[in-house]
Amino acid sequence: MLEALSYDFFQNALIAGILVSILSGIIGSLIVVNRMVFLAGGIAHTSYGGIGIAVYFGLPIFLGASVFAVLAALLMAMITLHQRNRIDTFIGLIWAIGMAIGIILIDLTPGYNVDMMSYLFGSILAVSNEDITYISILTAIVIFILTFWYRDILAVSYDSEYASLRGINVKFFYTLILVLSALTVVVAIKVVGLILVIALLTIPIYIAEKLSTSLAKMMIVSGILSSLFTFAGLWLSYSYDITSGASIIIVSAISLLVFLLIKKIKP
Amino acid sequence: MSVLSIENLDYSYGKDKVLENINLSVEQNDFLAIIGPNGGGKSTLLKTILGINPITHGSITVLNSQASKSLSRIGYVPQNTNVNIDFPIKVIEVVLMGHVGEKRPLFGYGEDETLCALGALAQVSMKDFANEKIGSLSGGQRQRVMIARALCAHPEILILDEPTSNIDVEGQKQIYDLLKELNKNITVVVVTHDISVILGYASKVAHINKHLTMHDIKDEKQLHKDNEHFCEVELLQMLNSNTKSCVC
Repeated sequence: MLEALSYDFFQNALIAGILVSILSGIIGSLIVVNRMVFLAGGIAHTSYGGIGIAVYFGLPIFLGASVFAVLAALLMAMITLHQRNRIDTFIGLIWAIGMAIGIILIDLTPGYNVDMMSYLFGSILAVSNEDITYISILTAIVIFILTFWYRDILAVSYDSEYASLRGINVKFFYTLILVLSALTVVVAIKVVGLILVIALLTIPIYIAEKLSTSLAKMMIVSGILSSLFTFAGLWLSYSYDITSGASIIIVSAISLLVFLLIKKIKP
Repeated sequence: MSVLSIENLDYSYGKDKVLENINLSVEQNDFLAIIGPNGGGKSTLLKTILGINPITHGSITVLNSQASKSLSRIGYVPQNTNVNIDFPIKVIEVVLMGHVGEKRPLFGYGEDETLCALGALAQVSMKDFANEKIGSLSGGQRQRVMIARALCAHPEILILDEPTSNIDVEGQKQIYDLLKELNKNITVVVVTHDISVILGYASKVAHINKHLTMHDIKDEKQLHKDNEHFCEVELLQMLNSNTKSCVC
């Protein structure tokens, strides 16, 4: 492991892992307390359409996936705020259509031979300096927004009806949480991949929720747990030459099982 | 002085008229209980007063202003069952939400806001629980915290939706005793199924089943002073009745 730390790609992986852990700790907490896990899953899979568009038109992958995911988040916000009936059906539709667009455009891209498995299962060891810059900017934006609007976001998340009566624009904050979730999902895809992103956004958060007395603490504890799971997963990945994203999730899942076991023995 | 006035209010969900020609006047320091059968329009009336439902016909005036412009002067306590008990939040943070929407420092809460929240908690005898997780409290304690949150915004009218649902008898009594105490300075409006409220605490009863019928408890008791149990039986009948008026 120490030997690995001397490589640039591994250093980048660790930095990206920490940044994505902070992001997923903050945004994952909001997703869980607002009960938006299915929505976040929908956005994650829909963003594959953005990856396909970026590949087909030769655009940066992060940019394509981010724009597409944000549009998906806005669409889902509109549907969930105005069309309460059959929300799950609409989300399922958007989810499937996004993935279909991505697959078809990648099929149609002439001479494209990059391993698309890296988007499905993550490629943290292939993180570039540009990727780290993008993730850093997003982390800074998310922390700024949370700092500035923490009490409003807390009120909307805890009791949206009461927040609305106090003059808070609930629809704006609901949409904002979904848009930030979309951007976070895109960078988390780089670490653990599309298939596993929801696990990263829920497992550490679930443990943190049980250990925290406030939303802010939950975000911090989630970030720390995510970082630990990412380090351990990377070590497993490097030591046994297995996929990094899957290793991170397996470490998270085993930790969750141990946590639940301890909780059952010592409630 | 009328603090809440409703005139000729109608409300429909699509073609289904839920409220028809509602007229209601609540005076300062009244303790009004709104009762009626399920589906009779109690919650719809509450949501319309609070501006959650748009007014399509008629008018609602709160403290001499349009209801929508006076929401900050109304304290609202939602149903106990609407509270997410798994949410990681301390009691003091819930009460501080009473200040949400006001101008404030960049992060967290000002010292004056925290003092106000602690004062509101003291008012409902929950100050010692300020740093407890809300989910660790009993139903009655949680409801007192919600009342403290409403008090934090210094309301002139306190509106409560089924404040004692899923709360044990002792907890119910504590809540109503607290409301009676608060009623010395604040007008209280309670949507409820609890007959005890009507008999022991409320000064007026509004029975809603699409239409509204008002009853002044003091007047009724005076009218039936020879029969000390008159109202209990009649009001119970009224709660279970689907008729639009009562004979109490």
